[in-house]
Amino acid sequence: MRILLLFVVAILLSIDMFLIFMWAPTEVHMGHVQRIFYIHVPSAWIAFLAFGLVFLGSIQYLRTREQKWDNFASASAELGVIFTTLVLVTGPIWAKPVWGIWWTWDVRLTTTLVLWLIYVSYLMVRSYSDNHYQASRYSAVLGIIGVINLPLVYFAVNWWNTQHQRLVLGIGSTEAGLDPDMRTTLYFSLLAFSSLFVWLLWFRVFLKKTEDMVRENTRLGTDQ
Amino acid sequence: MRDFIRPVFVIAWKDIMLELRTKDIVVSALVFALMVIVIFNFALNITPPMVDSLAPGILWLAFAFAGVLAMGRAFITEGDQGSLDGLLLCPVSRDAIFLGKMSSMFLFMVLIESLVLPIFVVLFNFDSISFKLIAIVLLGTLGFATCGTLFSSIAFNLRSREIMLPLLFFPVVTPIIIACVEASLGVITDTVNIIGTGRWIGLISVFDAIFLVLCPWAFGIVMEE
Repeated sequence: MRILLLFVVAILLSIDMFLIFMWAPTEVHMGHVQRIFYIHVPSAWIAFLAFGLVFLGSIQYLRTREQKWDNFASASAELGVIFTTLVLVTGPIWAKPVWGIWWTWDVRLTTTLVLWLIYVSYLMVRSYSDNHYQASRYSAVLGIIGVINLPLVYFAVNWWNTQHQRLVLGIGSTEAGLDPDMRTTLYFSLLAFSSLFVWLLWFRVFLKKTEDMVRENTRLGTDQ
Repeated sequence: MRDFIRPVFVIAWKDIMLELRTKDIVVSALVFALMVIVIFNFALNITPPMVDSLAPGILWLAFAFAGVLAMGRAFITEGDQGSLDGLLLCPVSRDAIFLGKMSSMFLFMVLIESLVLPIFVVLFNFDSISFKLIAIVLLGTLGFATCGTLFSSIAFNLRSREIMLPLLFFPVVTPIIIACVEASLGVITDTVNIIGTGRWIGLISVFDAIFLVLCPWAFGIVMEE
């Protein structure tokens, strides 16, 4: 099954690359650099989805104490961090030629950065824990606090931003102004990235399950 | 209700007694906060006209850094001779243990702040202290102490706990740091700002309320063995 999905993902991503680089029309003002938008936006979408799944997985783990939910949450957190990193890397690459600056302390950018920091510390807590059970509980607590804290971060940064009259920057056009071909490419890209995410999550959860089995079988010797 | 409040007081009082005898937390964090202020003076080259606009940032960073240092020691003393196990074996709820620990941390931080503020006033000729500012400091400190105590209990059990506490603490308290700095700035410079100091204070209160509910619950999960 997983192999089959991998095939589908590979095909979808290849078509996606074709759509992004060959088919989608070049944006008049921004030029080719605008194409990064088709990677940036789906990554952001996947990152938020991933952190939502961490939240659900953490709640389920604390309720049922079943290892599979912890595996699910932590695998999702790892992917969330990877996709957020992609967002944070592709964003400035796009912003420099278009806005003329790498970074602005805009509400979405700042919130994403704080989110990334929270989940990096989530992963660090896991790797600095003494045992597996401890790592699961601590990270579940963090996974829940991180998401509940998110609206507060958003409000604080938003008000702070308004207060200081930052440069107001947007992508320039809302979705209504998006060329139909561009919109198709974006939606296709969302689909391709989602399938990639599903496959990665599935594979990572499977790996974690295998790790658990190995740990169970070698517990006799050492505790690690 | 009485049965719940009493253990909170007893645990907080135990920490206060311990602190009165060792003076570990308050002295080290206080000196550290003063260092931060002095270093900021050199780093930013503060002149009298700039003091009002820079004061909130410097003060809150000093409080946050000193706070994280103090918080890091919240459970260290409990680590000796398994006294944490003793505490957990007490027939009181985990919530009460958390609130007791949190209250003592809150008191220590308020004590540090009440010593740092007058020194700041003297060093920088800062004359904008008001009751409103003190109220904001107290509200913000409550949020710091709540989050800090929880993360201290998490970091206490981790390897390299000294580095893990700030890494866990600072991203989560970002909203409260922003809100405290902005609210203090509004009060100090007394300018009518777009957002309004009231809304910032509202945000701090919401943060405090959420974490006062969330942290005792999370503490129960962290401390289960």
